[in-house]
Amino acid sequence: MSSSSTLASEISQAQTEALSAIAGALDAAGLRSVQAELAGKKSALTVLRSQLGKIQDAEERKSAGQAIHACAQTIEAAIGERMALLLAGERAQQVASEAMDLSEFVTAKRRGSTHIVTQATQRLEDVFIGLGFQVAEGPEVETDFYNFEALNMPKTHPARSEFDTMFIEPASADQEPNSVLLRTHTSPVQIRVMQSWKPPIYAVMPGRVFRRDTPDATHMPVFHQIEGIVVDKGITFAHLAGIIEAFTKAFFGNEFTSRLRPSFFPFTEPSAEFDIRRANGAWIELGGCGMMHPNVLRAGGIDPDEYTGFAFGFGIDRMAKERHNVEDIREMYTNDLRFLRQFS
Amino acid sequence: MKILHSWLNEFADFGNDVDAIADRITELGLAVESVDRVGTPVKGVVTAKVIRLEKHPDAAKVTRVYVDAGDGIERHVWCGATNMQAGDIVPLATLGTNMPDGRVITQRGILGIDSEGMLCSGTEIGLSSDGSGLLILPQGTALGLDVYEALGVDSDVVFDLDVTRNRPDCTGYLGVARDLAAGMGKRLVLPKVDQSAAGQSLTVPVAISAPERCSRFTVKVMSGISITQSPDWIARRLTRAGMRPINNVVDVSNLVNLELNQPNHAYDFESVKDGFIVRLAREGEQFTTLDSVERTLSSDDLLICNAQDKPVGIAGIMGGLDSEVTDATTSIAVEIAYFEPDAVRATSTRLALRTEASLRFERGVDPFGAEFAAARFAELLRITCPNLVVHSGATDARTDALHQQARTTEVRLNTIKRVLGIDVTAKALEDLISPIGFTVSNSADVGSVVVGIPSWRNDCNGEIDIVEEVARHYGYDNLGKIVPTSPVHGRLSDVQRRRRILREIVVSLGASEAMPNPFLAPGDLAKVGLSEENALKLANPLVAEESVLRTSLVPGMLKSIAYNQSHRIRDISLFEIGHVYPQGTEVLPDEYESLCIMVAGADASVAMDLWSQISSSLGVGAQLAQDQPPAGYHATRSAQLKRGKIVLGSVGEIDPTVLANAGIVGRVACVEVNLSVVLNDTPKPQIAQVISKYPSSDFDLAFVVSNSVSAATMVKALRQAGGNLLIDLALFDVYRGKGVSEDSRSLAYRLRLQAPDRTLTDVEVSDVRAKCIAAAEKLGATLRG
Repeated sequence: MSSSSTLASEISQAQTEALSAIAGALDAAGLRSVQAELAGKKSALTVLRSQLGKIQDAEERKSAGQAIHACAQTIEAAIGERMALLLAGERAQQVASEAMDLSEFVTAKRRGSTHIVTQATQRLEDVFIGLGFQVAEGPEVETDFYNFEALNMPKTHPARSEFDTMFIEPASADQEPNSVLLRTHTSPVQIRVMQSWKPPIYAVMPGRVFRRDTPDATHMPVFHQIEGIVVDKGITFAHLAGIIEAFTKAFFGNEFTSRLRPSFFPFTEPSAEFDIRRANGAWIELGGCGMMHPNVLRAGGIDPDEYTGFAFGFGIDRMAKERHNVEDIREMYTNDLRFLRQFS
Repeated sequence: MKILHSWLNEFADFGNDVDAIADRITELGLAVESVDRVGTPVKGVVTAKVIRLEKHPDAAKVTRVYVDAGDGIERHVWCGATNMQAGDIVPLATLGTNMPDGRVITQRGILGIDSEGMLCSGTEIGLSSDGSGLLILPQGTALGLDVYEALGVDSDVVFDLDVTRNRPDCTGYLGVARDLAAGMGKRLVLPKVDQSAAGQSLTVPVAISAPERCSRFTVKVMSGISITQSPDWIARRLTRAGMRPINNVVDVSNLVNLELNQPNHAYDFESVKDGFIVRLAREGEQFTTLDSVERTLSSDDLLICNAQDKPVGIAGIMGGLDSEVTDATTSIAVEIAYFEPDAVRATSTRLALRTEASLRFERGVDPFGAEFAAARFAELLRITCPNLVVHSGATDARTDALHQQARTTEVRLNTIKRVLGIDVTAKALEDLISPIGFTVSNSADVGSVVVGIPSWRNDCNGEIDIVEEVARHYGYDNLGKIVPTSPVHGRLSDVQRRRRILREIVVSLGASEAMPNPFLAPGDLAKVGLSEENALKLANPLVAEESVLRTSLVPGMLKSIAYNQSHRIRDISLFEIGHVYPQGTEVLPDEYESLCIMVAGADASVAMDLWSQISSSLGVGAQLAQDQPPAGYHATRSAQLKRGKIVLGSVGEIDPTVLANAGIVGRVACVEVNLSVVLNDTPKPQIAQVISKYPSSDFDLAFVVSNSVSAATMVKALRQAGGNLLIDLALFDVYRGKGVSEDSRSLAYRLRLQAPDRTLTDVEVSDVRAKCIAAAEKLGATLRG
């Protein structure tokens, strides 16, 4: 009995000493060495454990073993608890000591910006892509054929004079004057698309166009348009009105609506102007559209008795100008970085 | 085209809801640009007579006008208009008058000289839509009267219509009224005419020697005329339409023109009674039009001459001074003709002379409206000339060029269905378009009808023109809105997608997108070291400084850099993606899309860094041909980017001379890439490499290398020496200066070795290191301790 009670008191003493050592560790490193010591060969608990074998009575030995195990667990738990406390304290100290002023940073490289006309073009393209259109492009220097003739404007057509065309000087004496020009609209691309694609065609054609206009707050001689065509069997005027409406809502917002009213363009018939209406009821003229004239379809190599199509077009610069409240369109083309960087 | 509400209502009962009328006109395709009320009285505006005019030496743009407002007191008024002369009766807004635009008339003048009121234009007091000068009231108007009272003015509404080119009939009241009556379901009432032919037969012979240019020429003689002023209502109509009342004959002529869209000319009969000759002018022939301007004609201009071959008018545009109706005129010859539209337009453009007649002839008037117009002329003239005699024997000279009166076109009802999406029967078609003068009759073809086109619609020729008329009168809004379901996959092409990626990369590299003018001044290309020989020139530039089309983005970009530098903007980094247009061998130039990035204050290494980022993200490689510096670049700090013989672009610094010419301070790094080539590349997808699970070994090597050996050569040698085990090689430092001889620099590389299938031994690593050092030494490099 005496030996077992001695063992019990030795275990209890080992635990008391261990717990005090743990409590005495002041930082994680100190605790780690305490931990190593307690697990070491010379630690009180290890010594006691090694003496277990000497106990003859099986029952006694078992209960002594259990007591040592319980003691070891208590110590381990105390270490864990103490370690967590010390680490938390140390991290808190670290965080407190390394405060940094986040507004104190040096920019390595500033991001540039895309031009607002490009931004407008891309937004327009994306809306039409969503409506199932592909994007087509064409040359800016064009022939009379693509810019006028193929668009139902033969040589003497009076509407030609309304385009204020800029012509290219003939390259040689045998080149006919005014046969090469800067395209006055994106419509030549209609013809090029029809000549090289097969119906069904759903295409939008953004691009740069040229008119002999003196620059002012709302006009530039070099500006941008987007034009769209749909050519397929069974395409009617109602589809034109539908696409204009769908575009209006997608681009300007659901509160906008559109209307078509009769107008005249040589390349479409029936022709229409399309207006959009703000929620406040104000109508804004946006662009022109219409059913493609049979002569235009023919010029594109498409049989007007088999296919029908519609076309629409409007200016891009104005979209950018109005979206960003630019007062004078010329500002968009000064290439002043103070202007450009506003829109990154 | 200005349309008066009261006048329009004479053609049908359109009612008084002017907004509804305006909306309906717009829906029919004649956009109403403005609706203005006229004739709402302005209190305090009285009639006054101009006594005399004086100029002030210090005020060139204004006139001192002395007027009498009926009280015999001479009042002084400053006036900016120039159309008045002594004796004219004009509106005087007296002191204290509240003008419709909000102004209050005060005594304050200029140069310290007071103004006792203001003389007004028709627009300023809402009496006409002509704001170009003072409103001149009819002679004999009493002075000092309220202007509105004096004129017996009723208030009215002016619709200003934007008449499109396809509506030649709508530059006259009848055409507008016909469309609107159909559109509003009203009955059209034609104006009253006088078809009497009481007098002796008087025929004026007409010889047309240019039959293509004048296909019809009618002359009607009327006598028993006394020249007077028109009644107020006629004068007011003309005034409100922006025309000046002259006398009863000229006013009637103008009324008929406005009302029936039928330009006509009244000659003093005595001056033309022997006949007319319609012929082309002789080159350089002189003629004084009735605006007293002497005009020089070309052999393409058509003249109307009297029997003595003396010109009396430029066909379709303006008459002459000498044959004009005068106060002594008692008989007139009224000419109503049809002139070929394109030729009238050409002459009108050449002479820069646009008249009420020319604007109608050049669109195409009704070639068969002459009789009705002449009868209307007589009806209106009889108001002031009760003794008017209309002579029989009117001349009607026609040539083979005259249009057929009854033109027809076959219309397939299915075409209406295909284009407009609506089913229209022959009956429904007739209901829609017969009110506007078309006829519908049976065709030999089933499903088709024959549509007769009215003679006043020369814009209509084929089936599709009829479809448009159907659409207009059916109503665009009634055709429905259906969003078609596209069977096409909406997407950007590969080129367009790559362009967008490229743009994002360039922006993320710090550049902002510019859009310089693609037009250059002569010499701009030479200034940047490029030839102007292959540049296109504009035949009709706006200004000479913008007459050359760019063959390179460089000149425009340099201008933008210089602009920003001159505005003290820091960190200038710009790019452009745009077309250039060098002349090739075809009709159209070798136009292509180009990218140009410029960074001010940066050297060639910045340009190389930009190119390497672009090249790796687009997956396009190029050889760096530094032995072929591109034109306009710094000769020892630039290279062409090449793929075999194809030039993909240029990279490096801009030539210091070019920069000096452009007024740019400091270096400019530049990258140009031909996007038409590069964006068209479709790089194959990268094949994934297995990432080795085994440890890698790193070491650095720094060499002193002669300047004559390029870094690229070094890299190539190290790569070769490193073999398959060398998985990473990067130049991380370049050093020139102390400790390195002047013709050399130190290049420091970081190398990483790794095998896919094993851990490398120390022996393997030192073996590769030794090989690399040996390879470098072969190039004359020495390892730095």
